[in-house]
Amino acid sequence: MSLLTAQNVYAGYGEADILQGINLQVGGDEIVVIVGPNGAGKSTAMKAIFGLVPIRQGHIEYVGEDITNQPPERMVARGIAYVPQEANVFPSLSVLENLELGAYSISGDITPRLEKVYEIFPRLRERRQQQAGVMSGGERQMVAMGRALMIEPRLLMLDEPTAGLSPRLIDETFERIREINALGIGVLMVEQNARQALGIANRGYVLAGGANRHEDTGPALLADPDVATMFLGG
Amino acid sequence: MMELSGLISYAVFFLTLVGIYAILTLGLNVQWGMTGQFNIGIAGFFAVGAYSAAILTTDRADGWLGGFGLPFPAGLAGAILITIPIAWVIGRITANLRTDYLAIATIGIAEIIRLFFLNESWLSNGVRGIPGISKPFGLGNTGYLFLVVGLVVAVYLLVEVARRSPWGRVLRAIRDNEPATAAAGKNIAHFRLQAFVVGSCIMALAGALYAHFVGFISPEAFRPLYGTFLVWVMLIAGGSGNNLGAILGALVVWLVWSSTEMLAGLMPSGLVASESAFRIFLIGVLLQIILVTRPSGLLPERRPPLPGRDK
Amino acid sequence: MWIEVTQLFLNGLLLGSILALGAVGATMIFGVLRFAHFAHGDLMTMGAYFALLVVVGLNLPVMVALPIAMLMTAALAVGIDQVVYRRIRRVQPVILLISSFATALILRAVVQMIWGSSNQVYATGIQLPWRLGPLTIKPDHVLIFCTATLLVIAVHLFLSRTRMGKAMRAMSDNMNLALITGIPADRVIMWTWAIGGALAAAAGVFLGMDTRLHPVMGWTLLLPVFAATIVGGIGRPYGAIFGGLLIGCAMELSTLIIPGAYKPAVAFAIMILTLIFRPQGIIKGAL
Repeated sequence: MSLLTAQNVYAGYGEADILQGINLQVGGDEIVVIVGPNGAGKSTAMKAIFGLVPIRQGHIEYVGEDITNQPPERMVARGIAYVPQEANVFPSLSVLENLELGAYSISGDITPRLEKVYEIFPRLRERRQQQAGVMSGGERQMVAMGRALMIEPRLLMLDEPTAGLSPRLIDETFERIREINALGIGVLMVEQNARQALGIANRGYVLAGGANRHEDTGPALLADPDVATMFLGG
Repeated sequence: MMELSGLISYAVFFLTLVGIYAILTLGLNVQWGMTGQFNIGIAGFFAVGAYSAAILTTDRADGWLGGFGLPFPAGLAGAILITIPIAWVIGRITANLRTDYLAIATIGIAEIIRLFFLNESWLSNGVRGIPGISKPFGLGNTGYLFLVVGLVVAVYLLVEVARRSPWGRVLRAIRDNEPATAAAGKNIAHFRLQAFVVGSCIMALAGALYAHFVGFISPEAFRPLYGTFLVWVMLIAGGSGNNLGAILGALVVWLVWSSTEMLAGLMPSGLVASESAFRIFLIGVLLQIILVTRPSGLLPERRPPLPGRDK
Repeated sequence: MWIEVTQLFLNGLLLGSILALGAVGATMIFGVLRFAHFAHGDLMTMGAYFALLVVVGLNLPVMVALPIAMLMTAALAVGIDQVVYRRIRRVQPVILLISSFATALILRAVVQMIWGSSNQVYATGIQLPWRLGPLTIKPDHVLIFCTATLLVIAVHLFLSRTRMGKAMRAMSDNMNLALITGIPADRVIMWTWAIGGALAAAAGVFLGMDTRLHPVMGWTLLLPVFAATIVGGIGRPYGAIFGGLLIGCAMELSTLIIPGAYKPAVAFAIMILTLIFRPQGIIKGAL
């Protein structure tokens, strides 16, 4: 059974819908990537799924339950974690405090969860007393992902996790995402580094103009000449 | 017959104050309604206008600045001319502040202006205030009412013309979407400053009219309650952005404010220690109810279409 | 000369610690709710009069009345938020600002209606000041300063050690991310009002102990309190403490040069200079 299904979703902020009927599916052990040109509605799709942009038509299902337009608090309670592209850490709080707040909804001892996050991102253990706001872009991304992992999600949603990172850090980030996925966490991400992202993805969607344009397995999309010329920059 | 004449003289008194408040509210509308500047220092400019007129037009001064004995129009013009540099300096410093910072800054300025008039006796006679400010042209209360109404109409027409002019459109564009207006090549700081000075001068004009009406001014009259709070209630109740709404708001709120006096009079005196406090309480609650239930006011703003924003 | 400066400096620390208590609450409300709470000064007044109620009604010393007044004011602040502010939070921040202005006048009117407009004190009689060489210190002042310090430490522990305190700082840092993280905004907002109200009450009680109780006592301190929050950087409680002490000392020391009536103008001038040259607050980094 699929973890997340978005069916024929229309959503937007003002009068005009940015999303014009998108369809998405994420399986429980999959990495799914959304690519597409600027303004295609990729980030809006993520926000709509997470209840941050009102959905006017269509619906979202999560493990068989309807979660359309539910507030973020409920998403977190169900095991969906979301990492926005920008401003994704609490800058004046320490790394440790950022992680602790990730587990705000969890009652009881959170040390085992912290240990797991430190295992994936050993650097965060070293710098746990550091203020998140003064860290480098790559480190902040680790804090943001670590914070999201603290609820032990079943679905992790990442909005452009490699934006603004150096090539070396991009490789490392994708490596981490694969490790996280290997723990049995479904990953849905939006990426600008489309080639590399599709390279690690099970499946991918190409969005344009707020609607599905192509969908296929990662390798198949990479091989599709149409997709390559139009959306992957030749 | 006595009762009727008493009623008429009360109506004249009442409407004159409504007119003065209407001018204050129109001034605030230029700043807040049209430009989005959150000025809660209205009382300060009101005071500058009142003191300027008092100092310039009184015949006699005992130990304070004044006794120039200039004619009434010179007093009005002086009030405005003195306000221009003051508002300009304040506007230069504050015009680019975020809304809540501007609010804090302007309330501070109003308090400092009040402290200044309170403490600089050589200028303003301090707490004792300036007496003997006469009505112009030998007018009685009724004649003065017509003069005030005439000025309300004049200010209304002026502000309304400004609102519909290209200048007013730029101000509204700044209020609604500052980055886009800046991107369109408008010098935002410039326009803001102009609106701030124009609004402040209108407030000073109201201050001058107030001084001539009551004949005596002291710092007490320029506490934030009368000078600032009621004006805000009027503009919010009437509909910010709408000039006719501003005048209507002044009338309705002053009516309500005056009737709370009667209401407070009906309360058993043992129950309420202070009548004026009870009135403030009622008007405050009224404002909260308006804000919660009808935040756009009695007459909401009707926007003339902005070029390039049609859907 | 130096004796006078030291004496004024001590007075400044006292005023500063009162301002700091008000400013910590105001800056947290500013940070979490994104609006300048214009009724904060009048919450201080309410707190002072609540304590008077306990002092007169139950014949208790003011220091015992303090925690009761803090609880009552906290409840009042939460109540005002639930009845008024919560309903207009989503409309426009400016409507909140105007509404808080109305709240300020309502609170002051309530104080006048219940307790009247004349000056009142917690305890009559004169306290003999302690003499430290040429300096004089009132025992009450020491008590106020120590209690204020304890309260500030308590706030620090709350903000740095408890889950709710961290959530509050997180919301002040980045409201969107706090929601995404699953932090319950409404509960955090309630706590912010409760703590802001309690600290305002403490500031009000101390002000009442130092001078006298009067319906506009809090309102006159609003400007210095806001100045302290801006100098310390909006939404930064530790900055607000520093800002409070700085403004307090500057206000007292200014009387060496200009008439005492202009003390609020000194606070205002420092605030304006901060807004122009360092809008993020005087201290660098995220304290």
